[in-house]
Amino acid sequence: METALAFMCGIIAAASIYLMLSGNLIRFIFGLVLATNAVNLLIFVSGRLAETRPPLIEEDAAVPAKALANALPQALILTAIVIGFALLTFVFILFYRTYQSLGTVDTESMRIAEPGQSDPEAGATPGERDDTSKPAAGEGPA
Amino acid sequence: MNTILVLPVVIPFAAAAVNLLFNGNSGREHRISILGALLHFAACAALFVRVYSSGMQTMQVGNWPAPFGITLAADHLSAVMVIVTAILGLAVTVYSRAEIKSDLLAAGYYPLLHILLGGVSGAFLTGDLFNLYVWFEVMLMASFGLLVLGREKQQFDGGVKYVMINLFSTLLFITGIGLLYGMTGTLNLADLHLAVQKVDNQALLTATAAIFMTAFGIKAGMFPLFFWLPASYHTPPVAVSAILAGLLTKVGVYALIRIFSLVFIFDMAHTHGLLLIAAVATMFTGVLGAAGYNEFRRILSVHIVSQVGYMVLGLSLFTPLALTGAVFFLLHNMIVKSNLFLISGVSARISGTFELKQLGGLYNNHRFLALLFFVSAFSLAGFPPLSGFWAKLILVRAGLETGAYIAAGAAVVVGLLTAYSMTKIWGEAFWKPEPAGKSAEKGRPDVWMLLPVSVLAILTMVIGLLPGPFLAVAEQAAHELTHPEIYVNAVLGGK
Repeated sequence: METALAFMCGIIAAASIYLMLSGNLIRFIFGLVLATNAVNLLIFVSGRLAETRPPLIEEDAAVPAKALANALPQALILTAIVIGFALLTFVFILFYRTYQSLGTVDTESMRIAEPGQSDPEAGATPGERDDTSKPAAGEGPA
Repeated sequence: MNTILVLPVVIPFAAAAVNLLFNGNSGREHRISILGALLHFAACAALFVRVYSSGMQTMQVGNWPAPFGITLAADHLSAVMVIVTAILGLAVTVYSRAEIKSDLLAAGYYPLLHILLGGVSGAFLTGDLFNLYVWFEVMLMASFGLLVLGREKQQFDGGVKYVMINLFSTLLFITGIGLLYGMTGTLNLADLHLAVQKVDNQALLTATAAIFMTAFGIKAGMFPLFFWLPASYHTPPVAVSAILAGLLTKVGVYALIRIFSLVFIFDMAHTHGLLLIAAVATMFTGVLGAAGYNEFRRILSVHIVSQVGYMVLGLSLFTPLALTGAVFFLLHNMIVKSNLFLISGVSARISGTFELKQLGGLYNNHRFLALLFFVSAFSLAGFPPLSGFWAKLILVRAGLETGAYIAAGAAVVVGLLTAYSMTKIWGEAFWKPEPAGKSAEKGRPDVWMLLPVSVLAILTMVIGLLPGPFLAVAEQAAHELTHPEIYVNAVLGGK
């Protein structure tokens, strides 16, 4: 079981990295979701899957009588899922606002903050807010 | 219960909450924030005094005994980091009074700033690896918010890159946590120190160490993982740049120092050898990268990378002297770097630009500001008798003592190249006469801007002229870092 899950982690992680590297913000989000799941699965497996008994100690006993399933990785994963969900929400909104503002989801054409050699003036002035006189960023790499 | 360890975390969160209640009332928000930052500073100072007078402090949250509960622990390194955090927090809060306008305040600037301070303090004080991950996330969320708060085009551009790479680094971090837990069954740092020695497969442990190194290396801006930093740090308001530059990469460096002095110290040839190479490469790429820029804040941003190299150099040599140098460098650099960003903001307030070509004449018209810049910039470059000189001297000497001649030589050369960049800013922005045809000054520097800048510059002078007490603290921190049993005994109760 552990071996199968380990391979699954690897496959999901590989898919997520492919998506994240594809240079498109939408694909990056899907890659991020997959990567989070791969990592959660990895933590789950690292807690070992040998025991399936629920981690409950009998009344009046200080220690469990038999070996129990490891509950700690699940607590860790739960925390990671909650945090990951909050981050995902933020990333969705950030990317949506970025798309509204820059007019592109292609990371190669996002050059406002770091203008190329040919375009030393763009983005260098502070306080520039949604300046429409500049060429839209979606017109290919600089 | 050792409540003093909780206060540096709780106070900023309380300040954030109270600020939210007064959202929309700028005057009150400014006052509450300064009060919150003052209280935070008081709590951190009290913690520092306690650690300095009676040694390492620990606290088990909820009275769950270690290693089962969450441990908070403050040794000299944590105490130093926390108090510098509080100083920078206070300085930036005061500065924000002059810079941050009501639209940013309404968008939640102060709550985010305080949450950032709380998250950073938590990361410095926790003694548990998973808890460190949680504090990293708190800190990152706040920094994401601060970075795109002005909703300018270039902020979105820089912010997207910053968010992407930092999320990836966090995923690597938690992957490492999972693997380490699978091998040892514990996540308490002190307990990990004992547990990793019993792991059969030491090669797997070194591989996990590499994952942690990559994760923290991204946060710290280490070579070759630093590209997100010059892409984003110059885009937000100056107060935000200053606090991010002073704190965030340093949390990465702190995490590297903590993990690679407490947990992964049994395969030094691989881990610390790799860190040494990365450190030298980081120093050079940072300083050479800065030479190509002509914008005040971008030069400073790329220089952050170069200085992270010095800190990692101290860690990778791993002698008491080298670690003393690393801690002293952290202390000096956090203050100086934040201050330089704040000064760039003051000069932009005067001239309306960060572009060096359009700046000029600041020395003639603003002697005092020029003096403040001079102190900070040449401290960064390592001119005696300013604070950076001592930090670099210790690191160079540590390099020579351990036979790392290339690293020691690199530290000297990079110091000179830093002086080149600082001289460029000095010459262009301060000494050069005002560019012809330029309209009159855009604005006057506010007293709320000059006050924190002056205090930080004075602090830099004090560290430079009276390095003794600061060195003693750094030496004590290095002593604790090279004797992990002190940390382990304090947390686990000498078992």
